[in-house]
Amino acid sequence: MRFDFNQLLTWIAPQSRVLDLACGDGSLLKLLREQKQVHGYGLEIDPKQIETCISRGVNVLNQNLDRGLENFETDSFDTVLMTQALQTMRYPHIVLDEMLRVGKECIITFPNFGHWKARYHLAIRGRMPVSDLLPYEWYDTPNIHFCTFTDFEVLCRQKNITVLHRQVVNEQSVQWLGDLAPNLFGETAIYHLSK
Amino acid sequence: MTQAFPADSIGLVAPQTYSFTEPFTLACGRTLEQFDLVVETYGELNADKSNAVLICHALSGDHHAAGYHSSEDRKPGWWNGYIGPGKPIDTDKFFVVSLNNLGGCSGSTGPGSVNPETGKVWGADFPKLRVRDWVHSQARLADRLGISQWAAVVGGSLGGMQAMRWALEYPSRLRHCVVIASAMKLSAQNIAFNETARQAIMADPEFHGGDYFNHHTYPKSGLAVARMIGHITYLSDHVMGEKFGRELRSGSFTQGLDEAVEFQVESYLRYQGDTFSDRFDANTYMLMTRALDYFDLAREYNDDPATAFRRAQCDFYVASFTTDWRFPVERSREIVDALIAAQKNVSYTEIESPYGHDAFLLPNEHYRAAFGRYMAGIITE
Repeated sequence: MRFDFNQLLTWIAPQSRVLDLACGDGSLLKLLREQKQVHGYGLEIDPKQIETCISRGVNVLNQNLDRGLENFETDSFDTVLMTQALQTMRYPHIVLDEMLRVGKECIITFPNFGHWKARYHLAIRGRMPVSDLLPYEWYDTPNIHFCTFTDFEVLCRQKNITVLHRQVVNEQSVQWLGDLAPNLFGETAIYHLSK
Repeated sequence: MTQAFPADSIGLVAPQTYSFTEPFTLACGRTLEQFDLVVETYGELNADKSNAVLICHALSGDHHAAGYHSSEDRKPGWWNGYIGPGKPIDTDKFFVVSLNNLGGCSGSTGPGSVNPETGKVWGADFPKLRVRDWVHSQARLADRLGISQWAAVVGGSLGGMQAMRWALEYPSRLRHCVVIASAMKLSAQNIAFNETARQAIMADPEFHGGDYFNHHTYPKSGLAVARMIGHITYLSDHVMGEKFGRELRSGSFTQGLDEAVEFQVESYLRYQGDTFSDRFDANTYMLMTRALDYFDLAREYNDDPATAFRRAQCDFYVASFTTDWRFPVERSREIVDALIAAQKNVSYTEIESPYGHDAFLLPNEHYRAAFGRYMAGIITE
């Protein structure tokens, strides 16, 4: 199981309606169906990933998030999820607004660009960070809008978004350091939001 | 003589005729005292009769969806690329039922049949049909075959409309509904194309108001023009450009020469029109295009497709093709949105293809994989 899934599972009510944006291979939706009996849909644009979702028997819809969520009604889902994809959005702030419109609650996970490894790359080596967490060169990456935990906090404050829970998860670094100084030592943030 | 059919083909197939003698009241209020349906089946019905798949054909389709009628056949059935051993509709796993719809011209009762009440060919007096009439007649066929519930009802274009209508009319009689390159209703532009095609038929002096059989004539040129109009709309601008460009078949534009010029695309379209009008019936074409025009999934559900789909109990797979402008992706997205609002299980793929509406019949790797995986999921459930 992917390391950010464990935490967000606890924030999703059994039998609720879930929309998973950029759902990838559908493994989270499958997990949610098996463990929480949710009724879910995933949005995805990669043909191979869509095929895998279909094989897993999860509902997958071929939809580009840059098109927005205008085809989904306000408050039509209990939870709208997006894991590790915020940084790939053309307009992350608009996607966030749309998630909070369509869902009563949202869960977002994203990589922390303020992590010490990223800072080290930029500050000491003077290079854009390339790591095992973010393995792309700057000129050829799906990740076009990076932020740090602090940046995301500021955006939530500006938009008057309620943060129900926030959690830092570390796959490789030490968890207690991440808890102590999340913006420096946290690898992945999981935010549980509502309007 | 040894047969040499491709290994992934179902091989030699033969149609069968089923006669139905119970009166059949149509949506228009008229009743057919009896009717025949011509049917092909592929694969084996399993012991608990749970693996049957119904194929609903589109405007110009018929019962011959896969395989060959003889070793001399140049072409297999119209959906052979997707029905057969190891194909998305896998005949090693499914029992596939494909019929010529009521009103058709490939052997099922239609305008070219004899009206038992008058002893004369129906012609234009054949009752106007709606999509639901096909669905109800297909349900009778299912009864006859002992199939109480389809594993899936599958259709492209007009066939997709039948599949959706199945989900609303007989919610408990199908587990999956597969809707490909279809729509919940036609747009004004779509109806306009159909009406132009019908006018081409009606303008043919040999049409005689549809009574051409009794006049011993046939509106071949009118039907050919109708098909040409349709054919243009099934292809994309891009494909026509790639295939024909401005290539000339004959003549030239050399200065000083007064030669008749014919573009390749003209000759191609005429050929399409000619071969189609040889095999198809003009009254059936009128009837089928009207059924397309009349179809409106949610008409009796307060024009709310979500309300309509709430009746359905099956799961759905919807597919569309990026360059299809006759049944554009927006029409399929509307279907999907309504299904989500109705809280139905649905998967949707928007398939990159340059081939316009025709793409649903043509080879495409992603289409084959996605469609195939959806169908495979039906087997293992």
